[in-house]
Amino acid sequence: MAETILSIEHLKKEYDGKPVLDDVSLKVKKGEVIVIVGPSGCGKSTLLRCINALEPIQGGEIRLHGEPIGSSPKQLATLRQKIGMVFQSYELFPHLTVMENIILAPTKVQKRTKADAQTEARTLLSRVGLADRADSYPRQLSGGQKQRIAIVRALCMHPEILLFDEVTAALDPEMVHEVLQVLLDLAEQGRTMLIVTHEMQFARAVADRILFLDDANIVADAAPEVFFDTPVSERAKNFLSTFTFERKNKNSQDAALRV
Amino acid sequence: MNWDFIAQYLPLYEKAAWLTVRLGIAGILLSILIGLACAVIQYFKVPVLRQLCTAYIELSRNTPLLIQLFFIYYGLPKLGIQTNATACGISGLAFLGGSYMAESFRSGIEAVEQIQSESAYSLGMSRLQVMRYVVLPQAISISVPAFVANIIFLLKETSVFSAISLMDLMFTAKDLIGLYYKTTESLFLLVAFYLLILLPVSVLGSLLERRLRHAGFGA
Ligand SMILES: Nc1ncnc2c1ncn2[C@@H]1O[C@H](COP(=O)(O)OP(=O)(O)O)[C@@H](O)[C@H]1O
Ligand SMILES: [Mg+2]
Repeated sequence: MAETILSIEHLKKEYDGKPVLDDVSLKVKKGEVIVIVGPSGCGKSTLLRCINALEPIQGGEIRLHGEPIGSSPKQLATLRQKIGMVFQSYELFPHLTVMENIILAPTKVQKRTKADAQTEARTLLSRVGLADRADSYPRQLSGGQKQRIAIVRALCMHPEILLFDEVTAALDPEMVHEVLQVLLDLAEQGRTMLIVTHEMQFARAVADRILFLDDANIVADAAPEVFFDTPVSERAKNFLSTFTFERKNKNSQDAALRV
Repeated sequence: MNWDFIAQYLPLYEKAAWLTVRLGIAGILLSILIGLACAVIQYFKVPVLRQLCTAYIELSRNTPLLIQLFFIYYGLPKLGIQTNATACGISGLAFLGGSYMAESFRSGIEAVEQIQSESAYSLGMSRLQVMRYVVLPQAISISVPAFVANIIFLLKETSVFSAISLMDLMFTAKDLIGLYYKTTESLFLLVAFYLLILLPVSVLGSLLERRLRHAGFGA
């Protein structure tokens, strides 16, 4: 049994007195890839943001390696280095080049030497096919490229767990694949990841577990085959039906044409 | 127009212009520091200091420089603090400019999206690191147009220095008018020298703004 890296117990999060996450518990083991799905506004982003203490929580506890997150600012900064986060809107720093974006935190926060950080950055960049863009500014890159850089920036901090919040939602369709491929590669390297996405085929391919979040709680927690092929809850069924299309009279028309 | 008169008093104006420029630069540099400090204090909502900043900004923006100068020039000695006119001019300008600079920096900082800081925090940066490496560089370039406008405004405001007997351009012009009644020539020189100081600032400012616009952050 792999060790538990992240444990969330009875997490409670409210906005203006309205519960967005109500008594959410979750354990993430080392090397596990968990995909979180659910309707828009069900609290997926909020859950990831709470893990990173970007949101204050109203109850429960989040622990990384048994250490509660957010007990002091200094401890929080240390823990955050171990949690990599990638946002839907990339959030590269526009005034810095790609290389500067990647090595900023490794050099300033982890106090690694510039040369060391740059060497690692180059290795990671070539792994995502962007070795030649080190000196570009974010504005000169496509969305797919920016997102791959954002992933490299997170990786360069040597995180133990990676959080991805709808990282392809802002991308043109032809760029979605290049980014998801990077996520698949990371999964194959045995990285621990929490991925929020609406790409259901990708979810099925990459996930060890699928979490279905709805109505402020985890409604289903199942292996992808189980979740997609034999969804138990009515809500999960309804949710999945929003991703498939059917044209009722198509077959009959086809038949008519064939005659 | 008496060109001989103009030629004769040109050096006097030149000397006065340098005084205006020197005090102007010193006052503006100080006001940038004050402005930056106030904007950062307000951003971090530092208790007590934050209220002091708000009070200072309101006081500074809602009173004329002339009155601020009088307070410093005549008021401080009454409190037993010895000063001279130069120091008063510089600190008066800094007192006025600090609040204008603070407001430009503040709106620049507010224009940097929250999620930019959040992505920096998620990399483990401290609040000061986020401020220094992520927020301020973006905020400052957003503030450039307001910043240039402030510099021009403050350089123009230096014309009240004459009221505390600093021999700046305004003082020189008033002096010559009083002595020789050569109003046209004196005012012509005054306008010419102010333009000489301000036009380059204005041109440089718009060049800088255009470059930043082309660099266009984001998308
Ligand atoms: N800063 C905020 N203030 C108030 N309500 C918020 C805030 N952020 C999110 N919410 C609300 O919390 C709920 C969950 O939001 P979110 O986690 O972004 O959903 P998801 O990522 O699943 O689409 C939504 O109803 C949203 O309106
Ligand atoms: Mg979301």
